[in-house]
Amino acid sequence: MQVKLTVNGEPRSADVEPRLLLVHYLREQLGLRAANVGCDTTSCGACTVLLDGESVKSCTVLTAQAQGQHVTTAEGVGTPASLSVVQAAFRQEHGLQCGFCTPGMVMAATSLLAENPRPTETQVREGLEGNFCRCTGYHNIVRAVLAASAAMTEGGLGEGGLRDSQAGPADQAAGQ
Amino acid sequence: MIPASFDYLAAGSAAEAIALLAEHGDDAKLLAGGHSLLPMMKLRLATPEVLIDIGRVEELSGITTDGADLVIGATTRHAELAASALVAELAPLLAHAAAQVGDPQIRHRGTIGGSLAHADPAADLPMALVALGGSVVLRGPDGSRTVSADDFFTGYFETALDPGELLTAVRVPGAPGQAWGYQKFTRRANDWAIVGAAAAGGRIALANMGPVPVRARAAEEALAGGASPAQAAELAAEGTSPGEDIHADRAYREHLARVLTRRALDGQAG
Repeated sequence: MQVKLTVNGEPRSADVEPRLLLVHYLREQLGLRAANVGCDTTSCGACTVLLDGESVKSCTVLTAQAQGQHVTTAEGVGTPASLSVVQAAFRQEHGLQCGFCTPGMVMAATSLLAENPRPTETQVREGLEGNFCRCTGYHNIVRAVLAASAAMTEGGLGEGGLRDSQAGPADQAAGQ
Repeated sequence: MIPASFDYLAAGSAAEAIALLAEHGDDAKLLAGGHSLLPMMKLRLATPEVLIDIGRVEELSGITTDGADLVIGATTRHAELAASALVAELAPLLAHAAAQVGDPQIRHRGTIGGSLAHADPAADLPMALVALGGSVVLRGPDGSRTVSADDFFTGYFETALDPGELLTAVRVPGAPGQAWGYQKFTRRANDWAIVGAAAAGGRIALANMGPVPVRARAAEEALAGGASPAQAAELAAEGTSPGEDIHADRAYREHLARVLTRRALDGQAG
């Protein structure tokens, strides 16, 4: 069947089997490998992407259900040379270790901050209930989301400020 | 995990969905948010040959009032319920229950109609609807009928829905300012309830204390007769038939029902 959708701002027309899961479409047909398949049972959140701006687990969405909708993956919110505020905050606060959960965490946090730009620590922890991390114990992830919130909503560390402060290392990373 | 093959049909209206159900019969399943059905299909516990997607039928989504009743379209998502000022005003227990389902990603996709039609006795919204004395509107080829929550759940994952019927809306009696309590005991953040208890307006409903969300009628009657919440809660497990699993045996579930009912009657939301 034909499915028309937009992925990271680009209109796409896909000829897919009805049973093709969105995460498999993204990874295997488009080569967008940020969203990972972790538990494959709607639990771990490693496959989290945005569907019309809201976090969803793409292992439990049919590509067909995304007809006419906007899908955003971690590749779509920033690049190594120009990280999004949330991505930069994860780097700044060392909100990751192995990195497997990180794209899902970043997208869940992006959705959370869109709905609630100034969450409390408790709201951050509850807002990330759908994402498992088996390395960090979550502390630095929570710090990262709070730092991103501060960067986006409080003048001092503005969006550009945080991004600029990360530009050097990000460029190096991109060149490696 | 990949579901078995199926044909996908997107319904443009409730009437079209009902016509497609009539055409495809037992081979078809309705798809809304898909957060109960798709996991079952991935495990091949369900292998429908046709999926009828009602997820984009606008007339099935939204929150309004009809007289004193709150009327919620079947494909209204949990996140919308949880964020709705109208639901918070008229049925605050329901808004709270919707915010307890799964996790944020699941609440962005899952629908109230889907959750009720799936009829997991451990789930949040079936228990909440029973506690609130709500009802569901079921539409088939010959018209609509309204079934109370008490009568809708008929068995383990079974409901009063006829094979050709579509659950189109949920009705909840509006009760501004009503005291309520909601308790859900889980091992992990986004788990189903090992046991749950919801109380509002003299009614008490329990999750996972039997094949359907059940009323704690002995406790309700004690309350109506003037017993204290603590005394009434001691009767919460009477007449229930909880199953046993890796999480809890029967005696432990009965203990939880009493403790959670007391907390719910004390107006606690946990």
